[in-house]
Amino acid sequence: MFTFEENMLLLSLRLCSIRKISVSRQFSSFISEKSQTSSRPSQCLADDAVVYVHWPYCKRRCTYCNFNKYISAFVDHARMRRCLVQETATLLQQSGVQRVNSVFFGGGTPSLALPQTLAAVLDVISQHALLPVDAEVTLEANPSSTETNKLREFKAAGINRLSLGIQTFSPPDLQVLGRDHSVEDSLRAIQEGRTLFPGRVSIDLIFGRPGQTVEAWQRELQQALSVCDDHISLYQLTLERGTALYRQVQNKQQTVPDPDTMADLYACARETLHSAGFQQYEVSNFARNGAESSHNQSYWRGKQYIGVGPGAHSRFASRGSGQIIREVRIQTLEPGQWMGAVERRGHGTAKRTALSQLDMLEETLMLGLRTTEGLTNERWQQLSGGSSLQDIFGTSEAVQEFVKAGLLELSHSVLRATHAGLAVLDSIIPDLLLTTQDFSSSLQRTEARADIETG
Amino acid sequence: MMWKRFLCPLCQRIRIITHNVGYLAPFASRRHASSKSSDGQIDMSQFPVENIRNFSIIAHVDHGKSTLADRLLELTGTISQEASNKQVLDKLQVERERGITVKAQTASMFHQYQGKTYLLNLIDTPGHVDFNYEVSRSLAACQGVLLLVDANQGVQAQTVANFYLAFESELAIIPVINKIDLKQADVESTEEQMRRLFDFKEEDFFKISAKLGLNCREILDAVIQRIPPPKSDPNQPWKALLFDSTYNHYRGAVTSVAVVDGRVRQGDRISSAHTQKTYEVQEVGIMSPDHQATQELHAGQVGYLIAGMKSIQEARIGDTLHLSNSPVEPLPGFKPAKPMVFGGIFPMDQSEYRDLKVAVDRLTLNDSSVTVAKDSSPALGLGFRLGFLGLLHMEVFNQRLEQEYNATAIVTTPSVPCKARLSSDKLIKQYKTEEITIFSPAEFPERRDVTEYLEPMVLGTIITPDVHLNRIFSLCEAKRGEQVDFTYIDTSRVLLKYKLPLNEIVVDFYDQLKSITSGYASFDYEDHSYEPAELVKLDVLLNGQAISELSTIVHKDKAYPVGKALASKLKNVIPRQLYEVIIQAALGGRVIARETVKAYKKNVLAKCYGGDISRKMKLLKRQAEGKKRMKKIGNVDVPKDAFISVLKR
Repeated sequence: MFTFEENMLLLSLRLCSIRKISVSRQFSSFISEKSQTSSRPSQCLADDAVVYVHWPYCKRRCTYCNFNKYISAFVDHARMRRCLVQETATLLQQSGVQRVNSVFFGGGTPSLALPQTLAAVLDVISQHALLPVDAEVTLEANPSSTETNKLREFKAAGINRLSLGIQTFSPPDLQVLGRDHSVEDSLRAIQEGRTLFPGRVSIDLIFGRPGQTVEAWQRELQQALSVCDDHISLYQLTLERGTALYRQVQNKQQTVPDPDTMADLYACARETLHSAGFQQYEVSNFARNGAESSHNQSYWRGKQYIGVGPGAHSRFASRGSGQIIREVRIQTLEPGQWMGAVERRGHGTAKRTALSQLDMLEETLMLGLRTTEGLTNERWQQLSGGSSLQDIFGTSEAVQEFVKAGLLELSHSVLRATHAGLAVLDSIIPDLLLTTQDFSSSLQRTEARADIETG
Repeated sequence: MMWKRFLCPLCQRIRIITHNVGYLAPFASRRHASSKSSDGQIDMSQFPVENIRNFSIIAHVDHGKSTLADRLLELTGTISQEASNKQVLDKLQVERERGITVKAQTASMFHQYQGKTYLLNLIDTPGHVDFNYEVSRSLAACQGVLLLVDANQGVQAQTVANFYLAFESELAIIPVINKIDLKQADVESTEEQMRRLFDFKEEDFFKISAKLGLNCREILDAVIQRIPPPKSDPNQPWKALLFDSTYNHYRGAVTSVAVVDGRVRQGDRISSAHTQKTYEVQEVGIMSPDHQATQELHAGQVGYLIAGMKSIQEARIGDTLHLSNSPVEPLPGFKPAKPMVFGGIFPMDQSEYRDLKVAVDRLTLNDSSVTVAKDSSPALGLGFRLGFLGLLHMEVFNQRLEQEYNATAIVTTPSVPCKARLSSDKLIKQYKTEEITIFSPAEFPERRDVTEYLEPMVLGTIITPDVHLNRIFSLCEAKRGEQVDFTYIDTSRVLLKYKLPLNEIVVDFYDQLKSITSGYASFDYEDHSYEPAELVKLDVLLNGQAISELSTIVHKDKAYPVGKALASKLKNVIPRQLYEVIIQAALGGRVIARETVKAYKKNVLAKCYGGDISRKMKLLKRQAEGKKRMKKIGNVDVPKDAFISVLKR
């Protein structure tokens, strides 16, 4: 592991001679030739990160969910704990991360995990990096009664923020979605959660459910507002291939709202939550009283994240081996195989791909624009090698058109989607990606020319 | 299009290769029965004019023309009797697949009759009227034809058209009824139809099965008995009709010639009556059925001639060739073929433009009837506007482009040239004429500047079982047709003649006719005239901006349905986007159809973090890739596919 000073030394070395980095044998085969040379010094060298821990098991299958989860009658909790702890340690070591700003236990249904499992993971994080006492540690929890009864133990294990999968306050819709709790369970979970984690309980709601009308949604939101804490996440129901709901819609047993109604549902929610004092800070996230999730914000700001557990994704630079290029990592999907891998190798990484400069620019752009704060010029320039947002997007015809239509704002400090722009972001981003790609290829041409001249 | 279903990529490759080998080999000779000189070549001087017969087989598609040709070649020993002899003369892949003949081919055969050896030249002609120019060219080298009719199908539209071509050329016509072995064969009523329509005598008929070889030998004798030898004089200076040409990469133009008078031999200095250019004969020979060099060609004989003509343009079809030192009175020649159906052809991707150009150039080398003009469309980029003799011609061309040159292209809806009589002095001055021909909607003059518009009409022949008459009447009426003839050709089959606007039949008339008659009706047409018509230019606008490549010239009565159909077609292919898209079809300033593609109210995936990033990124990048292939009209992104689906046939 490198100290901060060593990192700076490395950085300066890299600046001097971008092409002379030694890549250890062990990892070089993973990294494509191209990215070894074209990536630039940047914030990917930061020594902090957030950690995501995946608990892959669920009690039952929700009709809409295509996440990496497993319905298993028997879960070997002890083995899972050993493996999660082992992999956390390995990945932290490989990343060289000094500080972990937040931890998120997601799933699956992580509230089905034993509290001591979560405690053990938090312990190992603390052993390898600084985990500040006030760091946000979130648990995704099902509002079913058994899990609600464990909330106190989870708090004792180190959890300080709760994300409750309420999804809907409509009893028939809970059935349609295949949830294993009642509305009463939800209300009790929220109440219990707010007692234990005041100001730090988030609820997830799904809109665009079969047969949903704007009026019913409005009433439901009012009900949510009457019981909720300071954070709400709104997810639009997406029909994923392979799910029960997808089949039902295909077979015409269920009908989901048409795109225009979807738009109305979203608009209604934004307005209703705004009236209740909630600020939207990302496409699907709303908070008041400063209750924004710092973990989520780290994703959108393009910070490093380390994903632990079956199928978890990461974005971080492994430096244990001298490798300082940010990579995408994907852990082995299936829990049994993943555990086997962790036991053999200390980690279950199934795939590592180096991110090129363009990849990083594109991701940062896509994620940054999802937030209401937008993509800051400062962050952009760290990755772009100095070119500002204005330099790159100011001359784009498409961008000018977006600005004129009131969908986008571009200033010296930030590129940001407007309120209207946020709702149609997926129609805006492709043009911005093209602009970014043009910039990247012109940069490469310049580099190539410079190489010829100096060479 | 239809043929794609039958394509096997592997076979295609193999076929093309074998085809090419035939071309590249220095015209090596095949087995031959006749007497040869010491160097293995046939002595052509042993066939005086009176022992020569030049004939052709004419028939409707699938009536067995090529099969009969195969049998005649076998019977005369020109090719050996093998099971694999199928359509020996149809060398193009498209010909074999479609069972049609596109390019004229000749084959020389030797036949013993009453102790003498006769030279029979079979000139295989295309059956379809689109290739009429090929037929008439070939017929100019013939003195007689075999008129072949399938006993199962009876006389068909092309039979009629081809009969008249031969009749007008004053050729001897031998009626042959084919496929008499088949269960459904109705020899009697086929005979009756032919007698009624073509005024044949009873004793004239041959009843054969080309497939089984039944009664085919008798036809060879009949050719000698009933078709006169060519009217040629061996003592006059050499004079030959150039009636076809193909292009060989190594040897230049390979011309098909019918020697009228005199004799030509390798090494002779010859000239073209048209260009006055002089060449040295490098090789002459006969097709038997492959190129077979013969040193000489004599009066009345038909063969090939290679004389170092560098381009197909130099080998002008219809030209008269003569010895350089003895000029002759030129033969009447041919009117150049006049294209009647125009279609744009564009590469799928602009990077393929050069390849497409090479392919088009190569193909037009062998098909001088196609006119080529460069075209450029804001949506489809650089391409060509090609003029064809008819629809089948266009389809065959495109198929050959694809099969022989591996070029995939976007082919636009065919259009026809209309005319305008100008009233505006300014325009008359500008065009230096009062009547202009309009090839593209961009050239369409405004109503106030013209006295009248004219559109090309054709005379269509339909032969159908009478049970389908009502539906055919409705179809022809819908296509603005005017009935000019109605004749029962036997107890249940009717020959109809309709005057139809060409514009109405270029797209799907034939398909519709086939479908309403379950395939029992046959159709053919010939050019008729230009007649006054209320024509209008229909524009298509996206958010107020006209898209020139979607403009079209239509009859006033059709403007409304066509405009509505165009607008709704576009509505279905233009994806929803950030901005509202208003699609309008307009006549002048008047909007006659309108559709709206509503703007997206919401287009953003709600949840996005962790693993989702990769997936989401992939999706957005794919969309970005897609944008590159879109055409921006104002602020509207129009996928190329949208244009293609509207423009494509």
